[in-house]
Amino acid sequence: MTESNLSLNFGPQHPAAHGVLRLIMEMDGEVVKHLDPHIGLLHRGTEKLAEIKPYNHSIGYMDRMDYVSMMCCEHSYVLAIERLLGIEPPKRAQYIRVMFDEITRLLNHLLWLGAHGLDIGAMALFLYCFREREDLLDCYEAVSGARMHATYYRPGGVYRDLPNEMPKYSANRYISEKKVKQLNYNREGSLLDFIEDFTDRFPSLVDEYETLLTDNRIWKQRTVDIGVVTPERAKDLGFSGPMLRGSGVEWDLRRNQPYEVYNELDFLIPIGLSGDCYDRYLVRVEEMRQSTKIIQQCIKWLRDNPGSVMIEDNKFASPKRDQMKHDMESLIYHFKLFTEGYSVPKGEVYAAIEHPKGEFGVFLMSDGANKPYRMKVRAPSFAHLAAIDEMSKGHMLADVVSIIGTLDIVFGEIDR
Amino acid sequence: MAKKNHIKLINQKLSEYSHSLLSSDHDPLFLVEQSDLVNICKILKTDNELDYSILIDICAVDYLTYGQADWVTNEATKTGYSRAVEQKIIADHDDEFPDRFAIFYQLLSISNNSRISLKTFTTKLNPPSVPSINKIWNSANWFEREAFDLMGVHFKGHPDLRRILTDYGFIGHPFRKDFPTNGNLEVVYDEDKEEVVYKPVSITTRPSVPRVIRKDND
Repeated sequence: MTESNLSLNFGPQHPAAHGVLRLIMEMDGEVVKHLDPHIGLLHRGTEKLAEIKPYNHSIGYMDRMDYVSMMCCEHSYVLAIERLLGIEPPKRAQYIRVMFDEITRLLNHLLWLGAHGLDIGAMALFLYCFREREDLLDCYEAVSGARMHATYYRPGGVYRDLPNEMPKYSANRYISEKKVKQLNYNREGSLLDFIEDFTDRFPSLVDEYETLLTDNRIWKQRTVDIGVVTPERAKDLGFSGPMLRGSGVEWDLRRNQPYEVYNELDFLIPIGLSGDCYDRYLVRVEEMRQSTKIIQQCIKWLRDNPGSVMIEDNKFASPKRDQMKHDMESLIYHFKLFTEGYSVPKGEVYAAIEHPKGEFGVFLMSDGANKPYRMKVRAPSFAHLAAIDEMSKGHMLADVVSIIGTLDIVFGEIDR
Repeated sequence: MAKKNHIKLINQKLSEYSHSLLSSDHDPLFLVEQSDLVNICKILKTDNELDYSILIDICAVDYLTYGQADWVTNEATKTGYSRAVEQKIIADHDDEFPDRFAIFYQLLSISNNSRISLKTFTTKLNPPSVPSINKIWNSANWFEREAFDLMGVHFKGHPDLRRILTDYGFIGHPFRKDFPTNGNLEVVYDEDKEEVVYKPVSITTRPSVPRVIRKDND
């Protein structure tokens, strides 16, 4: 008697699918034979929408690409525009960008760690990770006014300088004065003080997460030797970021092709040895520690070097309100910038950054108009998810969940 | 200087095949013939000195409306200042596509720490096609499927050329310039039939900002 393989549908609304992933699995008993991901359920045509609006209008859309590492996506888009225009933001803006890129990396890795843990049975971790995410989202809010979709980076700098005050909790019928005082203890100073307090606390919190997982028997059983990728295959499959480093390839755009001020900062690049889910977990946890170090260096520099955070050229940066009241030319620049935008010289450029998930790139093509002719986002998760079939073949059904977790996929950027 | 030498090296390695350097302002961009594409890619990947081991991205571009603007900006207006922009209807070009579709490949070499881009035009006949490079870099698989889905470019030799991002049963290739931004169909819930049905879109495109090309930037 022969038994035929079983076809199994997974998702698109399964909590372990991390969004809207639909998998058609061909199973031989409990072993995966073939896996066909169906994506596109979140396709919004962002790249097409970018073609009908001026360059600056699309920055907000970039936040919605990878909606757990918002500012990094903006960064890549803004960098592409700046390269085409041939402008460079002031140094302070570059430091602010780097600092927020690293805050974003923490945000992303915290969500990844929490959700990955939750998927394979570590419930408590999710709550701890979200506790820390809350502080970081407060930094986003303080600087841009929005907790997630910040639209903070602009071609030529950032929208505004770091605020000197943190928003504070206030007492109400549910929260007493005493409790409010406790909640506000690190909010008395500026945003930089708040971030500094966070970076002082954070390494010991990462230690806490590690006590829960790193030597945990169940965690190891679920991740060690699961989804092994050799360095050669990792390159061939277009991997980048922690997925590539987990396989032992030393490659980090922050180090190898430094953008902004990364070449002035001191940090280490962790790499894995065996290329399994456990190694990629270790790489990401170490990246959180390194990001904390980078943030601390940025805080120090930003404290010592006040200055402008936007280029002076009024063709790309709005003139000050005060200037506009007295200066006709400023008024014209303001009008042109907000009605028509700026025209970008003809050409094609590909700008990539080290996004928390891997290499996030924007291919931008201009025909000289005030709108992009073609914009294409290179999403790291897209390449990673394409490899899920190869990574899961021969593994058990439950391991597919570990592999989805380790890929660190977000559908905003896969489906675009 | 290092960049110049590297371009020289690439030219030397690819001397058998027709290719030309289009721009070196950013990453070097080479124009290659699509008939030579597979051989060129093989050299770029397997040659020990070049070692372009990672294919980063594939992007298809539709040149149908390249360089066209809504407003003329180099002379004074004759129609006054309330010039609204009307939606242009772009004629179908279904039989031939001379130089309409191009594919951009982004390559990365880890050992040399360098990037290059390749550009190639598709065949002129409908459907436009280029050879698949899926056998050389496996990451091309989904990138080519995406370009096929959104731009309608066929990749000859691709093992599994299916739609990837659009809906099941979708008609057309949405990123082509003659495809309206609003789309053609929308889904609504039909009370009588008690099911979700497709019907033609009920909204029209209204560009909020006209597309202008300013020459003073060139």
